[in-house]
Parts: sequence; structure tokens; C-alpha cells
Amino acid sequence: MSEIAKGARDYDYPDNRGHFGPYGGIFVGETLMPALEELNRQYARLKQDPAFWAEFDYDLAHYVGRPSPLYFAERLTKKLGGAQIYLKREDLNHTGAHKVNNTIGQALLARAMGKTRIIAETGAGQHGVATATVAARLGLECHVYMGTDDIQRQSANVFRMKMLGANVVGVDSGSRTLKDAMNEALRDWATNVDNTYYIIGTVAGPHPYPMLVRDFQAVIGREVKQQAMKMVGRLPDSLVACVGGGSNAIGLFYPFIGDEGVRMIGVEAGGLGLDTGKHAAPLSANCSAGVLHGNRTYLMNDEDGQISDTHSVSAGLDYPGVGPEHAWLKDIKRAEYTAVTDDEALAAFRMLTRTEGIIPALESSHAVAYAIKAAPTLPQDHIMVVNLSGRGDKDLHTVANIDGIKL
Amino acid sequence: MSRIQSTFSRLRASGRKALIPYLTAGDPDLSTTLGLMHALVANGADIIELGFPFSDPSSDGPVIQRAVERALARKTRLRDVLDVVKQFRSTNQDTPVVLMGYLNPVECMGYERFAQAAVDAGVDGVLIVDMPPEEAEEPKRALRAVGLDLIFLVAPTTNPERMTAICGESSGYVYYVSLKGVTGASHLDITSVEESLAKLRRHTDLPIGVGFGIRDGESAARIASVADAVVVGSALVSRIAELKPEVSYSSDQLIEQTSIIAGMRAAMDAVQTA
Repeated sequence: MSEIAKGARDYDYPDNRGHFGPYGGIFVGETLMPALEELNRQYARLKQDPAFWAEFDYDLAHYVGRPSPLYFAERLTKKLGGAQIYLKREDLNHTGAHKVNNTIGQALLARAMGKTRIIAETGAGQHGVATATVAARLGLECHVYMGTDDIQRQSANVFRMKMLGANVVGVDSGSRTLKDAMNEALRDWATNVDNTYYIIGTVAGPHPYPMLVRDFQAVIGREVKQQAMKMVGRLPDSLVACVGGGSNAIGLFYPFIGDEGVRMIGVEAGGLGLDTGKHAAPLSANCSAGVLHGNRTYLMNDEDGQISDTHSVSAGLDYPGVGPEHAWLKDIKRAEYTAVTDDEALAAFRMLTRTEGIIPALESSHAVAYAIKAAPTLPQDHIMVVNLSGRGDKDLHTVANIDGIKL
Repeated sequence: MSRIQSTFSRLRASGRKALIPYLTAGDPDLSTTLGLMHALVANGADIIELGFPFSDPSSDGPVIQRAVERALARKTRLRDVLDVVKQFRSTNQDTPVVLMGYLNPVECMGYERFAQAAVDAGVDGVLIVDMPPEEAEEPKRALRAVGLDLIFLVAPTTNPERMTAICGESSGYVYYVSLKGVTGASHLDITSVEESLAKLRRHTDLPIGVGFGIRDGESAARIASVADAVVVGSALVSRIAELKPEVSYSSDQLIEQTSIIAGMRAAMDAVQTA
């Protein structure tokens, strides 16, 4: 057995202070430390409570519509002439993406902790919508922080959040994108820590967020395991998912970490190309480790430790860091990370739409783009599962703009 | 005895409290930062907290966020900030300087390299906002090895268990965050600060500085009656924001621009001697 396989079999992360090897941890101002300790305690307690998971499963089944299908993309497979491509249809979830798996779970936590006010950050708006949705369902006050650049490019989701009763707060500092929205959400939390629950949307942030978001998203991979056994009688050969913060990817990967034969490929936003510096791919570009938003991870920063501006056509991937567990999975070589460019993602967006009648989110289009490149090089008995993490309705304006069409 | 210790013991002997202004290095530019440090001393500052900029200051309110953006627009680097301290030390050997900021620029420079460069420049202490004691092993070793004080924060949310741990790790002074929120907030509740400080005193003999939300002579004087030091950030930084880069200000101009510090000094001393 190889070292890597052994490492994967014994995989037990994070440690009790939230470390994935050298990554993760808790790096926040003291005001928030006790709140994170309390969240950690409450989650540790509820994690042992079958009633908590029963309610989570019930909501996922009856409110979200799970399990989401595993779909054999037959025409796409034929067109590419190699690996068999299966799509995990997270785009069919209520609210249109995988994000709701996590917000359902964290909303149950918020309720158990007696919090009356919910805050969140959002990039593409999918996590904001998923948060506003669960807040509406529980009758909780909800404030969503969003960079003003993202508000421009995701106006449909902004309107959805407002319809759901959320207060969308534009963030005009820094690069006016996801990272700045997260800074502002942290400031709000420090100010309103007594009555407020912060629903982080990805597997980043201070411990215990990377762990608990992973645990809620792991339903994706658990379902894929069962569905693959039923449909093809064995586990897939490879798993492909886009990685911004990395929550849909970790959700798909995590249940397979101990399954040695299953390759895992995370696809980052290559933007205009890794050599241009205009991307959002800290793992693929082999950036150094640093500390941002409460955890240590691979980070895009300059030689003085200032966080770099990132670029991606997809707002949901436009983030200079990445979840600490992905950093660790890269270091121990259990998962591989690569990037595709804006143009490749856009081409994949169009190809999947035309061959399968499925309009993917621009984020998910990155995973599809990788599949389009890799499938022809793989044998026809190779089973590849691509996480279709969200649907593309929200991106129609962006794509129309690129095509010079006014909607 | 360190410069921070001797400053506090000198003040204690004369029955006065320390006044600690915060300013962001590089706002409006580094040469004015140097002038401002001397002006603050002239206005009655006992210790200077010098902020080194970070692109994502998630514990700061809008006033300091803007100051940091101005400093970064001029590409102010951590090593440039250390140079300013060195220049300050060439004419002032008495006033302690505490560097304040976020972890990533320090981690990026490397802890040992940073610690050596800081002590060579004449820095006395370091306060890293997003580094709780639990994650401080490596930086702590590096800073202690060269004799720098490491100052940690205590917040209104901190429970007694954490207070013990934080005070045990701190040296120089302990920084009590007066309110739940970010720098420059406007909801300072002095009665609750008084109660919290009484609890905090049971955990430490170190001097206690209080900051966040102190904006005028009256609030400074009331905080000074219960704390050992008063930290003033946003209220000062919003005055510094009126200065322009690449302008050569006279020391009188800079003293005038930061006269809020002299006002606080007077208000604090009036209470101490009353």
C-alpha cells in the first residue's frame, strides 16, 4: 500500500483545533473567539444527536428535493468519445445549487443556539439566496453581504434575495467581491455576536466552519456512492468538481477519501490564464500559504502579504483563498487540482447546453470544461462523475453580455 | 526594564495614565507618518501604536479601512514601516512603539526575520489582531527570543477561562477591547467597561489599555479613571485623513492637526490630579 493510500485510509481531519496539517485553525479577533468555541461545542453535541440528522435528512428530502439525480450524459459522452460522463445534478436542488445543503444544516444549528438574526456573505449570490431561503422559512431576520461588483453581475440573484425578505448590503471596499463581503460579514458578526448566527457559505473561514460545511455537503458524495453502485455496479474512477472556496468539491470528495482507486480532481478558475496573474487558482498556481478570513491556506498574495485581486468570469469562484482541507488534500496528494480558463468554461457552458439541454452555472462549467478536455484521453470504461453544482439561469446576463446581446 | 515597562512605572509614580494613539503607517505617506509620530509625542502621547497596513482588515471599521486603503495605494510595505520606526528612534529613544496589524504580512516576511528587523528598528511590542494565543506558538517564540512584547486582546465576550490564558501569554500590557464591534464604533458603554476591568484585574498585574470607541476628552478621561492606558484610533485617524500625500507639513502643522490628542491628555490629567 502506498504512503498516500495509507494516509487516505487513516484520514481523520481536522484535529480538535481545526487543523488540516498546517492549514485551517482559528485566526480571528478575540471578540469572535468565544462565539466560535460555542459554535464548536454546540455542533459537537448535535453531531451526536440522531434527531438532529433526522431533521436534516427530512428537510433535504422534502424541502430541497434530495437525493439529486446522477445522470448519464450520453450525448456528451458520445461526442467526446472517451470516458463515460455522469453528472451529479445539484442544479436541480431547491434554489438551484448545492449551497442549500449547507444552509439547511446551519439554520438548524442557528435555531438550536437560539439565534434570531442570520448573516451571510455571497459571491455569485447562490449562497445568499440559499441563506435568505432558510431564513424566510424559519422567520429569521437575514442580512446578506455582497460586493458591489458582484451585485452588478448577479442582479437576478440580488432580486431573489430581496423577494425572500433579506437585506442585501453592498460592500464597496477592497475589490468589491466575495472576499470583501466576507470581511464585512465578520465585522457585522463581531458587532452583533450575541443574537447573530453567521452562515458561512463555503469550507473556508475559522474552525469549525470548514468542518461543519463539509459535513453538511458530504451528502453529495454519499449519494453518488449509492447511485454509482446502483447504476454501474461499482465506484467511479474519477470525481470532478469546481473549486472556489471548495464546498461542492469537498462535498463530493469527502466520502471517497478512503477509496484508493477513486481519483479526485478539483478545477479552479484559471481566468485569463495562470501565467497572466488574472485568475483565482491559488492551488493550481502553487501559491504560498498565508492567513485570511480566519484560516491558514494557499493564498494569492503579493510578496508583502497583501491579498491579490483575483479574476474569474464566475463570481462564485472569484476568491483568492481556498478551503484549508483542499490545501491539505493537495499536499498529501490525495486530490489533484488544475485550472481552466474563462474561455474554456464558457465553451463548456455552451456545449453542455446544446448537447444535454442542461444550462450549467458558470462555476460548474469549469468542472464540465475539465471533463471535456480529459474524457477523450480516457478509456471508454472510465466512469467520471462531474458535480454539476448549480444551474446557469443566474448567469444568462453575463453570457449575453459577452455575446454582445442586450436582454 | 523594557521601554514599555519603564513608561508605565514612570506614569504610575506620577499618578498619571498612559495615552496611546494609533495611526496607520503610510497614511497619507511615510514621511508624514514620521512627522506625525513626533507630533503625537509633543501632544502628550506616551506610547505609539503604529498600524502596518493589510488589504483585508476585518476587525476595523470604515475610518481605519480607508486609511489602510490610502497606505496601500502608495504601496506601503511592512519593511517600509519598520524603516519609519528606525528613523523615529534616531531622535526619540523614550517613547515605546507597538506595531499593530494582521498576521499575513508578518507570516509572509517570516517570523524570525520580522522579529529581528523589528527589534533592530527599535520596535517595543507587537499586537496582531487576528492571532489568538492558541495560534501564536511560532510567532511567540520568535518575538520573545529578541525581547519584544507580545500584546493580546481581551474582549467583552471573553470568558474567565480565556482571560487567564490570554493574560498568561501577554507581556507589556493587555489590550481590552471596550465594545463588541469594530474600531471606531459609536456604542461605547463606560459602565460595562468598568465592570469588565474589575474582573480582568483579577487575572493580571499587567497594565490594561482600553481601546475602541474612545473619541473625545470626556470618554478618554472616564476610561482613564479605570484603566492604565487609553488607546485612541479612529478619532485620530479621521483627522489624519485630512492631510494630503506628498506635502511637506511643518511640525507645528502636524501638532495642530493632531491636537485632539492634546485635548485628551489634558482631560485625562485633570481627572488624575483632581
